[in-house]
Amino acid sequence: MALLDVVDLVVEFPTRRGVLRALDGVSLAIEPGEVLGVVGESGAGKSLTGAAIIGLLEPPGRVAGGQILLNGERIDTKTQEQMRPLRGKQIGAIFQDPLTTLNPLYSIGRQLVETMQTHMKLSDRDARARAIKWLEEVGIPAAAQRIDAYPHQFSGGMRQRVVIALALCAEPKLVIADEPTTALDVSIQAQIITLLKRITREHGTSVMLITHDMGVIAETADRVAVMYAGRVAEIGPVAEVVKHPAHPYTEGLMGSIPSLTHRVDRLRQIDGSMPRLTAIPTGCAFNPRCDKVFDRCRRHRPGLVPSGKTQAACWLYATEAANG
Amino acid sequence: MAEDIVLLADQVSRYFDVSRPWLQRTLAREPKQVLRAVDGVSFRVARGSTLSLVGESGCGKSTVARLAVGLYTPSGGEIRFEGEAISAARAQPDLRRRMNMIFQDPYASLNPRWRVRDIVAEPIRAFKLLSSTADINARVGALLTQVGLAAADGEKFPHEFSGGQRQRISIARALSSEPEFLVCDEPTSALDVSVQAQILNLMKDLQQRLGLTYLFISHNLSVVRHMSDRLGVMYLGRIVEIGPAAEIFANPRHPYTKLLLDAIPDLDMVGRSRTPVGGEVPSPINPPPGCPFHPRCPLANARCKTEKPQVLHLGTVEIACHAAEEGRTTA
Ligand SMILES: Nc1ncnc2c1ncn2[C@@H]1O[C@H](COP(=O)(O)OP(=O)(O)OP(=O)(O)O)[C@@H](O)[C@H]1O
Ligand SMILES: Nc1ncnc2c1ncn2[C@@H]1O[C@H](COP(=O)(O)OP(=O)(O)O)[C@@H](O)[C@H]1O
Ligand code: SF4
Ligand code: SF4
Ligand SMILES: [Mg+2]
Ligand SMILES: [Mg+2]
Repeated sequence: MALLDVVDLVVEFPTRRGVLRALDGVSLAIEPGEVLGVVGESGAGKSLTGAAIIGLLEPPGRVAGGQILLNGERIDTKTQEQMRPLRGKQIGAIFQDPLTTLNPLYSIGRQLVETMQTHMKLSDRDARARAIKWLEEVGIPAAAQRIDAYPHQFSGGMRQRVVIALALCAEPKLVIADEPTTALDVSIQAQIITLLKRITREHGTSVMLITHDMGVIAETADRVAVMYAGRVAEIGPVAEVVKHPAHPYTEGLMGSIPSLTHRVDRLRQIDGSMPRLTAIPTGCAFNPRCDKVFDRCRRHRPGLVPSGKTQAACWLYATEAANG
Repeated sequence: MAEDIVLLADQVSRYFDVSRPWLQRTLAREPKQVLRAVDGVSFRVARGSTLSLVGESGCGKSTVARLAVGLYTPSGGEIRFEGEAISAARAQPDLRRRMNMIFQDPYASLNPRWRVRDIVAEPIRAFKLLSSTADINARVGALLTQVGLAAADGEKFPHEFSGGQRQRISIARALSSEPEFLVCDEPTSALDVSVQAQILNLMKDLQQRLGLTYLFISHNLSVVRHMSDRLGVMYLGRIVEIGPAAEIFANPRHPYTKLLLDAIPDLDMVGRSRTPVGGEVPSPINPPPGCPFHPRCPLANARCKTEKPQVLHLGTVEIACHAAEEGRTTA
């Protein structure tokens, strides 16, 4: 059984000018110990998917359809009260800006100790010893001396290491990491990604790694979901999605990324831009930009169907029987 | 044949005084604090070519960009544009017209209260390139079409456009004074990759069509690889390696260049694992003595900790590293 199963998730924002549907039937699953990458352009719905899973959608945003199952149990119907004990213990979170997670008024040691004691029976002394162990594990030099330091005394990279320790210290089964390295320099990015990869592998933690950097995904994820306009366009093993993308959008996206190893004169380019939520085309949301568009794409919306080793939401791969 | 050099930087430095206010400083008996944002940088950009500068945040790229168009005056050394000292060049409208800059943030760099038409026309009016409104409108329409927008978009305001479209407006404005030299400071860093591809393709097309010369600033090595003829790698206000881009990508010699290249995640790296170099960029206020990279360098030895490496020519590249000079491959 999958650790996390998201089925046809719909997230809506009621506004004065009507209801905005930001996620429109997102389905994805994460197996125990697996790293699932989630990529897409800004506004595609990556962060909302993560926020819906941890139950941190900002009101008036709400889950308006579908299901989120953790270990087979529905969590999308839980109240904030019921979700709180799950956060940290079952699902950890790492965000782009470490300062949104860290409390500037408390020492990092106190934050680690409190997080662990909320979820586990630990004496003060044991909790402190564990906190030092976690800081060592995430590569904070002289952890025993620096445990009483405050967040502002650390650099951005060091803070993100502390956030990783905080997200993992209650040993959750799943970590949602939303753009965890986007604010960092490349050499620090590499350090943090390597750390996240190693530490979650050692603890058998599943990871949902949200980023717009396909290179990070290629290097880190087992499988990847490509999002477009609030939907999953394609999902499958990372090597397949990168090397043999099935969905025309994925294909365009991969071609638009300049490569370090081979130089081309012109990058492949997808003309136009992702539609706004108020103007999602009917049928396939990608159809106005797709060079393979045909009649049915403009009228009916494609669901995810198998295409080689991946699944793509594209009429090119649907059999007549499947789409009626 | 001598190279046709558009921009030349000779040992250029730019320091900033980052001391606390005088009274506080005196009370606390602190010395003045000077930040060497750019510290003795030399390069040249040949006509019709692209020189890129890469490096991590704070290494001085934007400061070089601003020096190159004369927005900062050098604290030391010299910048020459078309053979003239940059300050003298800026004093001459005809030379000033021939250089322009594109910024990273397409949101902040466009005046939100102006119509796109007026934003793009501003340099045309400032340099009095055209006088009749009809001529100006026709030229603005042509510029907008050239960057892939429609002439009718001139009537709109910046907020009506997406990030990529706004960057196209910035480019149209930068081109409106018919410049030959453009400094582009992270022109695609705020954009999604698919939009980045559109802008990079546009910039290359324009370069070919109009014979433009680019100083291209980026922290993204894959983008730089795609765009550059020559490449300079910066660390803590200095250029540590500079030369033909193809040569540096094929055969990086400076340990920092190697680190950077190794740190870039790439699509071809599915499943690859690696051991990133540790440590972080030190503060430019108190840079380490000797080679500023030595605290992170796997090849650092006693000489590196005390003696600042000078730039030396190795084939077609220039590089500042003792190990490279000595042909040393271990610490
Ligand atoms: N006006 C200023 N006053 C004081 N310090 C400055 C000023 N401008 C830049 N600096 C400092 O000079 C150094 C180089 O800054 P610069 O903006 O050139 O870096 P950069 O390479 O463009 O970085 P990024 O990749 O973050 O844009 C930094 O340490 C910065 O804090
Ligand atoms: N609080 C909100 N109110 C209205 N729309 C929102 C809100 N938060 C996000 N959205 C919209 O939902 C879509 C997906 O957002 P998000 O998940 O943040 O995208 P991503 O993380 O992929 O960049 C976007 O169109 C965004 O504008
Ligand atoms: S469904 Fe049609 S429009 Fe959509 S991606 Fe497939 S071919 Fe293109
Ligand atoms: S001079 Fe020494 S410390 Fe600096 S890069 Fe070369 S080997 Fe490393
Ligand atoms: Mg996001
Ligand atoms: Mg900058």
